[in-house]
Amino acid sequence: MLVKKKMKLTDIFRETFTSLSANKARTGLTMLGIVIGIASVIAMTAIGQGAQSSIQASIEGLGSNLIYVYPGVIQPGRGIVSSGRGSAQNLKSEDVDVLLQISGITNISPELQRRFQIISQSGNNTNTTVTGTTSNYGTVHNTDTQTGNFISEANERSLAKVAVLGSTTATDLFDEDDPINKTIRINKVNFKVIGILETKGGSGFVNPDDIVIVPLSTMQKVLAGADYLSSMSVAVVDKDQMAIVKQELTDALLRKHNVEEADFSVMSQADILSTLTQVIDTFTIFLASIAGISLLVGGIGIMNMMLTTVTERTREIGLRKAVGAKRRDINNQFLIEAIVLTFSGGLAGVILGWLVSFTITSLGIIKTQVSFSSVLLAFGVSTVIGIIFGYYPARRASKLNPIEALRYE
Amino acid sequence: MIEVKNITKIYKTGVEELRALDDVSFSIEDGEFVAIMGPSGSGKSTMMHILGALDTPTDGKYFLDGKDVSTLSDDELADIRKNKIGFVFQSFNLLPRTTVLRNVMLPLVYKGVGEEEKEQRAKESLYSAGFDESHFNHLSNQLSGGQIQRVAIARALVNNPTLILADEPTGNLDTKTGEVVLETFQRLNREQGRTIILITHERDVAEHAERIIFIKDGQIFEDGRNHTRRII
Repeated sequence: MLVKKKMKLTDIFRETFTSLSANKARTGLTMLGIVIGIASVIAMTAIGQGAQSSIQASIEGLGSNLIYVYPGVIQPGRGIVSSGRGSAQNLKSEDVDVLLQISGITNISPELQRRFQIISQSGNNTNTTVTGTTSNYGTVHNTDTQTGNFISEANERSLAKVAVLGSTTATDLFDEDDPINKTIRINKVNFKVIGILETKGGSGFVNPDDIVIVPLSTMQKVLAGADYLSSMSVAVVDKDQMAIVKQELTDALLRKHNVEEADFSVMSQADILSTLTQVIDTFTIFLASIAGISLLVGGIGIMNMMLTTVTERTREIGLRKAVGAKRRDINNQFLIEAIVLTFSGGLAGVILGWLVSFTITSLGIIKTQVSFSSVLLAFGVSTVIGIIFGYYPARRASKLNPIEALRYE
Repeated sequence: MIEVKNITKIYKTGVEELRALDDVSFSIEDGEFVAIMGPSGSGKSTMMHILGALDTPTDGKYFLDGKDVSTLSDDELADIRKNKIGFVFQSFNLLPRTTVLRNVMLPLVYKGVGEEEKEQRAKESLYSAGFDESHFNHLSNQLSGGQIQRVAIARALVNNPTLILADEPTGNLDTKTGEVVLETFQRLNREQGRTIILITHERDVAEHAERIIFIKDGQIFEDGRNHTRRII
């Protein structure tokens, strides 16, 4: 009776190390394919997740329990981009009074936004969004002035040419000087700066500090020459009441506008968030798939190298078989070699990808997040690539006939 | 104990049939030193493959230590090679970039022998093969031809085989080094009682064995004691 004993794991790994270190340049270059693939997957998903959480943070920073009302219809399935919105002019200041009757609504900030070129006394200029709104803006959007005052009801009534600046805009226009009581020109009209908003500090695609606020009446009559609103921000008493209030608000506006089908759009913060999240998810998947293709190419590189190795080591395989290696032993050896190759490539890739995301974060481009799950996935994927692309070469090695393999020149 | 009974090996290449061995029978006792001799194309390589459990005959039986090896599967043949046979090849076939010791340990790797025992047995085999201890940790590509063949002999001894099969072991060596290698085989046969089968096409080499089986055209042409034995 012959003793059936398996090859020891330490022996397998020693053989693997010896053969991989035999041709370091080739091993390194082959591994590079996997390193780049895994690194780009890690970096891309880190950028995607970073963008997502920064957008989430900045949207939540706008104030919770908010419902936005826009004129025109946002068509379902087309996201928040629609030609209807903005060009419609059917949202009026009177609508605000109607909505304030609804019990769940605590406050409403009517807004009219336009982009204007703004020039300061010192000659600095910037192009930014000017928002005409009422004194309610601060309460609704959960913001206050850092220095000076916000727009008052008196400003509103008197069509005062006063402006409150966001901190970024203030720096753009006045550098380090104190802007309070200085004059800026918006669309060739002089405005006095009465306050600076506290810094919200968002990163990502929208800078909440690049903003100029003027009284709504001034915006409508002096700057825009229009009597409609571009949006309304509605503060709801409680998060749980969002759905009910949304419904009541829609009904009230339908009655007011005397229409059956809404000529306006109602969106809660959750709606905006989910739409944006969806966009970013798609974007992340797109980036990760491109990275995935490079991973696939890397895998083919592994297979190529393993096939070359099998051919080169034909005599060695013959010898191993002659001294008693079974098919399984040879198969395992080459498969493990491929897996070690891709797994170490994966490890280096994770480190490189993490370094890339770290660099992106520290350069202030976007705040990236390397998630544990993407690291785990990277290791899983690189191992699976090793198994898939190592399978065929290993099988080929194990099936070699020992007599022919020993004769191979 | 080796028993070959009516072995026939036929290779089919397309429509042509090549009868490499034709009804060959002989037996070899434990402790014998036999040379299988024949010109190229005589069937002696085929004989070696079958005796070495690298191949199975088309017809006939081959008993190694009483076990019928002629009908085994690939994996069962691997087990036979692992436990009962030691090979010495013409072209040495050492693992490159690997130390002498590791090369000799190779057959034990597939037996799952522990590290310490492997090293111990490899050293013993190297001593038996007359390999200089100071070179145990040299890499295989730093050795001379004679040293390489001693490592190959040590590797063949390490699994304590029933049978050592040497396929033209002096083919790639000069005459003087070849003599030393053959002397090593004679000594192993004499001192340790190893069963050795030497495959060669040279009469000079074959004459180092006690018995010569001369194969020609796939059949045994002559089988007898070597009366002109050369003992070094």
